[in-house]
Amino acid sequence: MPQPIIRIDNIVKRYGPLTVLDGLSMDVMPGEKLALIGPSGSGKTTILRILMTLETISGGHIQIDGDQLYHMKKGADLVAADEAHLRRMRSKIGMVFQHFNLFPHKCVLDNVTLAPMLTQGVKRGDAEKRAMELLDMVGMADKARSVPAQLSGGQKQRAAIARALALSPKIMLFDEVTSALDPELVEEVLNVMKHLAAETDMTMLLVTHEMGFAHDFADRVLFFDRGKIVEQGKPEEIFRNPKQERTQTFLRKIIAAGHRV
Amino acid sequence: MSVWSGYLTLILEGALVTLQLTIMGSALALVMAFLAGLGRLSRIFAVRALATTYIEFFRGTSIFVQLFWVYFVLPLAGLTLTPLQAGVLALGLNVGAYGAEVVRGAVKAIGREQTEACVALNLSRYQRMRYVILPQALPLMLPTFGNNAIELLKGTAVVSLISLTDMTFQAQVVRAQTGNTLIPFTMILILYFAMSWTISTAMRWLERRMSRNLDGVRS
Repeated sequence: MPQPIIRIDNIVKRYGPLTVLDGLSMDVMPGEKLALIGPSGSGKTTILRILMTLETISGGHIQIDGDQLYHMKKGADLVAADEAHLRRMRSKIGMVFQHFNLFPHKCVLDNVTLAPMLTQGVKRGDAEKRAMELLDMVGMADKARSVPAQLSGGQKQRAAIARALALSPKIMLFDEVTSALDPELVEEVLNVMKHLAAETDMTMLLVTHEMGFAHDFADRVLFFDRGKIVEQGKPEEIFRNPKQERTQTFLRKIIAAGHRV
Repeated sequence: MSVWSGYLTLILEGALVTLQLTIMGSALALVMAFLAGLGRLSRIFAVRALATTYIEFFRGTSIFVQLFWVYFVLPLAGLTLTPLQAGVLALGLNVGAYGAEVVRGAVKAIGREQTEACVALNLSRYQRMRYVILPQALPLMLPTFGNNAIELLKGTAVVSLISLTDMTFQAQVVRAQTGNTLIPFTMILILYFAMSWTISTAMRWLERRMSRNLDGVRS
């Protein structure tokens, strides 16, 4: 029986008086493709941000690949993780952002090679060779020397995916990666992700409003509302036959808004 | 005419001192600007407090008073400086305090999204600053740094008060000896302007060079 690669245990996240996540627990198995759906403010993006250590947690524990994420052992005690521990843990996780967050002062190739060279000590030649393979995979090899300002949104996002992959993370987090794109550019990014899902055994967590894509991409769909998992299951169950009323209402609204399921 | 050429040489020698003060003062100001500007962004309280104290003190008191302190009061504490050293120190510390706020503002202007990308790519705090934040913040600092350098250049005139023979000091000498104000002061007017124009031209060139990739667009 394989162990979960992500084990979220009773985490709480508060912003001042506002509780975003209230005792959330979930496990993710290695290689699983998860789609997190739900209304805005339901806490799904917060989970990705917590896993990437972009937020702190107010309570609970998270295990990544057998190690505590926000805690570390000090003798027999479990204490808050320091920066060195966080950096060790971050090396297992990659993230792609809604607004790409490319480095605007660097060309696409340098965007991809920067982190491997700095954090893994990869030599420039090797880093560039690997970067070109990745850029080729996302269809961006001919744009390697372009700077982000010269790219379309879809191209930027594909470059950002290559950049995250360059560190070979075990877990990839995709945070509404097509939400900032013009409609005609969504497809090219989704195709890259489909390819990734099919070709790699990476664990992938996806927050999305593209229900059709969530359906095709995910092994498991989790519907979030108000910081809790309301319902989860195989995509066909959730999308064709949702059991909870809140899930039904949400999906009805999404379809009425013109999204394909 | 031969009399005048002697006086003009005097003023040109003064211009050299002014140039020296401006370059050395700017160099010190630049170092202080980064030390204090980044210091204000530190996670360590003591570093933040030290940087804030420095900035507030030097922005809050006049360059004139600071110069006299450095030149006439420090010797009482056993630290005697030449007029040039005192001038560079006072000017550099004073302008550095303004520059520090420029550094801090420019670093903060680089969005949180860039830092988050760095965290996701597992860069260390130093690497984030060195390879991602500062290269983007630097072009934002340049126009104001140019202003500061010009302010410093013009500020150098106060050092004539501690008997440093800068351009203004020499113009005063010429005026006292010839009774003519028009010629020496027109001359230093032109020289000051030429120097500040050189600074702004150089800054514009640097700015263009450094922001070439950004094209005014952030992604």
